[in-house]
Amino acid sequence: MRIGIDIGSTAAKAAALEGDELVCTLVVPTGFNGVDAAMRLADGLRAQGIDPTACDANVVATGYGRISVPYAGKTVTEITCHGRGATYLFGGNGTIIDVGGQDTKVIQLQDGKVKKFVMNDKCAAGTGKFLEVIADRMGVTQEELATLAAAGEPTQISSMCTVFAESEVISLIGKGEPRENIANGVIESVITKVASLAGNLVQGDVFLTGGLCDNDYVLERLSSHLGKPVCTDPNARYAGAIGAALSI
Amino acid sequence: MAIDRHELWGNLGMDLETHDVLCSVLPQAFGDVYLSQENRPEGMAFWDMVVADVHGIRPQELVDEQAKGRKVFGTFCTYVPDEVVIAADGIVTGLCGGSQFWVPEGEKYLPADMCPLIKASLGARMGKTCPFFRIVDQIVGETTCDGKKKMYEIMAEDVPMYIMNLPNMKRPQDVAAFADEIALFKANVEEVTGNEITVEKLAEAIKVINERRKALARVYETRKNSDVIPISGTDALLMMQIAFFDDPVRCAQMANKLADELEQRLVDGVSVFPAGTKRILLTGTPLAIPNWKLHHIIETSGAAIVCEENCTGTKFFTNLVDESQTTLEGMYQALAERYMKINCACFTPNKTRIDEVLALAKEYKVDGVINTNLKFCTTFKTEAPALEKALEEAGIPVLDIETDYTDNDAEQLRTRIGAFVEMLSE
Repeated sequence: MRIGIDIGSTAAKAAALEGDELVCTLVVPTGFNGVDAAMRLADGLRAQGIDPTACDANVVATGYGRISVPYAGKTVTEITCHGRGATYLFGGNGTIIDVGGQDTKVIQLQDGKVKKFVMNDKCAAGTGKFLEVIADRMGVTQEELATLAAAGEPTQISSMCTVFAESEVISLIGKGEPRENIANGVIESVITKVASLAGNLVQGDVFLTGGLCDNDYVLERLSSHLGKPVCTDPNARYAGAIGAALSI
Repeated sequence: MAIDRHELWGNLGMDLETHDVLCSVLPQAFGDVYLSQENRPEGMAFWDMVVADVHGIRPQELVDEQAKGRKVFGTFCTYVPDEVVIAADGIVTGLCGGSQFWVPEGEKYLPADMCPLIKASLGARMGKTCPFFRIVDQIVGETTCDGKKKMYEIMAEDVPMYIMNLPNMKRPQDVAAFADEIALFKANVEEVTGNEITVEKLAEAIKVINERRKALARVYETRKNSDVIPISGTDALLMMQIAFFDDPVRCAQMANKLADELEQRLVDGVSVFPAGTKRILLTGTPLAIPNWKLHHIIETSGAAIVCEENCTGTKFFTNLVDESQTTLEGMYQALAERYMKINCACFTPNKTRIDEVLALAKEYKVDGVINTNLKFCTTFKTEAPALEKALEEAGIPVLDIETDYTDNDAEQLRTRIGAFVEMLSE
């Protein structure tokens, strides 16, 4: 049994592999404490008959909170893990775009190996954090935000900065702009930033991993910005955890 | 710290209370980064001693020399020819600010979106929290980047400044123009020091500074060995950072002593990193003391820095000044030719930097290159893609990092650098 634990800034994920078969995936909110999230994942795995703290379990931790997993034997960075997880899900060639809670990564894969990567700066623009903050401000979930956006008219949110964008959204709300239009502008802002980060790194097929991967509208807009189809997989949000399990 | 320096600092008109805050954090930072390393060369003891009393030991020497009538010139840049000052029996000290501590003070006078080195340098002067900035009789600036040029205008209201006009191209007429500029600087130095610069004195000063270059180059030479890494990049950086502040003759002696030890380490097979550690060349903007951030993160992420291609690295000592000139004019030209070979991003075009990085990557047998620029350093940032492309074409993996003096991106950097090292290991 190989187990990968991916402690992201927003969500903590686990993936278990039996041989090369993905037998279990789990996700819990990270909350305030990475160690606590790791322990909740362990409880969840145990409930499915997998004990990550048993001595014969092989556990690798990754993600922002990778040092907070007491039962992991080693840590590997999320860039390498996303590369390996994406190789497992999509094959070893192409470009991976991972929009995470606070990091957005673009990884160029060649024959299953990371050839080149970029990561956003410490700024929240173009990350899930941007969507989280604005969705909170609008009183909707991130899924609802995307649904609203799909029904909205293009609306300009000119600020890259999350804090300034939030005030921009507040003034749009004040002006009585329909929620759908504001949501549209918000999603567009994130996608524009992600596409510019991806820049000339995009090569071959493009795959989206991370928490936004099951969001059809996001996929559609990203495809449009990059000028090529962006594919994903139901397990793509577990790419980091799967890659960690494969790093044993 | 054995000696209480408050009297010295008080006499220099420093803000003692604020400065005490800086003094209280430095030992911790130095301990975390330096003393945690294993198997350090014994020769590092000299630089450890200097940095342990960094605002005391050398400033006291400078003040003592001033009492004898010598003049102290502060500089910011590897383009300012130390030889001219040394020839007039003057003293040169580096001034660049490398700590976030000084940045907020600098931001009182400068836009926030300016590079931290410029902000910290002005902040150190205006905030009266660096003895070197208080001691100097004159500061010598130079027309390198726009940010520094405009900062010098503000600094000039507080302290005597002399600005050298550095051409921004490298055609023969530009080199000749810089030779003329060195002649003007000579007149300025004579005026400030009251000492005449003769052919003999300038020839001697050229030798002194060349000896320093050779000694530092000897230390770097030992880092080219593909099997043994005799010194960490973190330690080599400290030597380079203090070279800017120290007496050039003593600097050469200490570097030669260290080089003796490192050459012996190569013979004995004493490496400070395990076999197979990935070798990194770091290129980009300067790392002024006490900026040890990237070196520390890289060398605690499973890689070793074996060469720094920057102003606190090879740019400081590469290329000697021709010693065969017999006239002042000939020497100005020889100095200009040497200094104009430094490949700073303030020049256009600057393809020679790319060629130099490629050559160094080969000489130092590196596995990868990390190119870094201080946040808001537009010139280095803009030429980064061209450098990256050239390295990729040569099959050398490269990672681009933009950062400043704060520690709040340390974990993100650790992830990126860790991933880069993992990538090199696959």
